[in-house]
Amino acid sequence: MTHISDDTCSEDAVLATRRENRVWKKFKSHRSAMIGGGLAAFFILIAVLAPILPVVEPTATDWFAVRKAPSLVHPFGTDEIGRDVLSRMVWGAQASLLAGVVSVAIAIGLGVPLGILAGYFSGWTDAIISRCTEALLAAPFLVLAIALAAFLGPSLTNAMIAIGISATPIFVRLTRGQVLSVKAEDYVESARAVGLPTHKILSRYILPNVLPPILVQATLSIATAIIAEASLSFLGLGQQAPAPSWGQMLNTAKNFLHQAPWMALWPGIAIFLVVLGFNLLGDGLRDALDPREK
Amino acid sequence: MLSFVLRRLLIAIPTIILISVFVFTLQKLLPGDPVLAMAGEERDPQVLEYLRNKYRLNDPIFIQYINWIGNAFVGDLGISLRTNQPVLELIMEKLPVTIQLAVIAILIALVIGIPTGILSAVKKGSAVDYCANAIALSGLSIPNFWLGIMLILLVSVRWQLLPASGYVPFFEDPLKSVSVMIMPAFVLGTALAATLMRHTRSAMLDVLKSDYVRTARAKGLKEQTVVLKHAFRNAATPIVTLTALLFGELIAGAVLTEQIFTIPGFGKLIVDAVFNRDYAVVQGVVLVTAVGFILMNLLADVAYVLLNPRLRSSS
Repeated sequence: MTHISDDTCSEDAVLATRRENRVWKKFKSHRSAMIGGGLAAFFILIAVLAPILPVVEPTATDWFAVRKAPSLVHPFGTDEIGRDVLSRMVWGAQASLLAGVVSVAIAIGLGVPLGILAGYFSGWTDAIISRCTEALLAAPFLVLAIALAAFLGPSLTNAMIAIGISATPIFVRLTRGQVLSVKAEDYVESARAVGLPTHKILSRYILPNVLPPILVQATLSIATAIIAEASLSFLGLGQQAPAPSWGQMLNTAKNFLHQAPWMALWPGIAIFLVVLGFNLLGDGLRDALDPREK
Repeated sequence: MLSFVLRRLLIAIPTIILISVFVFTLQKLLPGDPVLAMAGEERDPQVLEYLRNKYRLNDPIFIQYINWIGNAFVGDLGISLRTNQPVLELIMEKLPVTIQLAVIAILIALVIGIPTGILSAVKKGSAVDYCANAIALSGLSIPNFWLGIMLILLVSVRWQLLPASGYVPFFEDPLKSVSVMIMPAFVLGTALAATLMRHTRSAMLDVLKSDYVRTARAKGLKEQTVVLKHAFRNAATPIVTLTALLFGELIAGAVLTEQIFTIPGFGKLIVDAVFNRDYAVVQGVVLVTAVGFILMNLLADVAYVLLNPRLRSSS
């Protein structure tokens, strides 16, 4: 029995490697996905390198340089209290990307196990989890995030929790659907027939096979979460002043449209580019992982 | 058909109950005593006890929920702490404003999204297709509050073509009402147009591959007739249902759009309630939105069945 299972494992490993190569080849040839990946990587790099980049302190004010247009000293101009917009953009990238990644991690951390439980065990477990998921899906994503952020109190951490919880139902539903189709596969039936414990079946056979669509959804959800964080910060429910965030910068900028339009220009372009990057990346990953796409 | 609608309504009931439990729990999880907030500076224990009895806050939590949901069922969603108005009255006052905004936004989205989607599918792989896809993806990636700010900057501040904010009821002055609403509706409609375009394209691509389209072409029908009469009519079913499902996105988008253009609608009501810690309004708004969303889902299902003859006969 062990001999057979070893053979199957090595065959599985070869097939998996072949599939990975095919996916990577398809992904590499997807031009827009590569552009998206490049955009996302650029902003991630900026966020990570923010502490060592040669920019001034994002909270440092200069009362002699209030609302100055872009110049050599301040390439992106200054804001209403003389802070360097470029520096705030660089540090704002940290808040946006952190919010995107952490809230999606929360959503995956809650949603995937619940989805696996619902899909694998069916019956009452499925009924309860599915009804709760439907109830949460009934409230529009941003309305739910605003309500949660309002009840939790305004801060970046609470915004991330609110966005994460609001995004959870999508992952529960997606994972459940995937598990339902994977658990009917022969290799899962065989694993069950040889008496493999449930936790091993779930971790060794179910989870790896439901991961690809979750990865695609995670990439697209990071884009949604970044917009949601910017929206919450724009409304004053996310990152709190004086710490910078793109949404909060736009909130201030809307009061100075006539006097300092650059204050509104850069954060918007940055949000657009980073969201576009993750959307392109997600689309590319979906195409690469879809066996029907050639 | 009636039994199908009734069946769907029955399935919706547990979802509505669960969302009501969720909304109720949210308020109960709040730190602090609501009675202290209601009493203001007053800290007389007798007054506090009177308020607790009046609002039945001494009852077990389950009884409190039953009271709340019972009241909500007959339209009593509580009183706004800020305006002292019944929550339902406030919602009914603001809802028509958002509905007007949403209707114009949907019209804009349909006018842009569907023709672009059809064109993109018909010209698959061409420059037109790539451009349409790029525009659609950009529409999905632009934060609508930033688009709103940029439009105010250009159209209202620089060119002074349209007002930057305000609201005029449609029946008071239709022309002025539309001129005030057109910019926010465009902002709200952009992302929807992008979603509609992508779905129309994908539905059209599926249909264009089908046998009956090939037969129509083989019969020598004009390409325009094949695309619009044979292909689009069949591709329209998922698009109609999708439009009904965009309700959630519309409400979420309205929250920010109304904030930027200072439109006194449903979306602004949510934000104002959040900032004034008017939790009865927040609860009411979330509950009404969720019930509305469930009803729109139901409508989408019914529309799907009505538009699809095969499903119609089986239901």
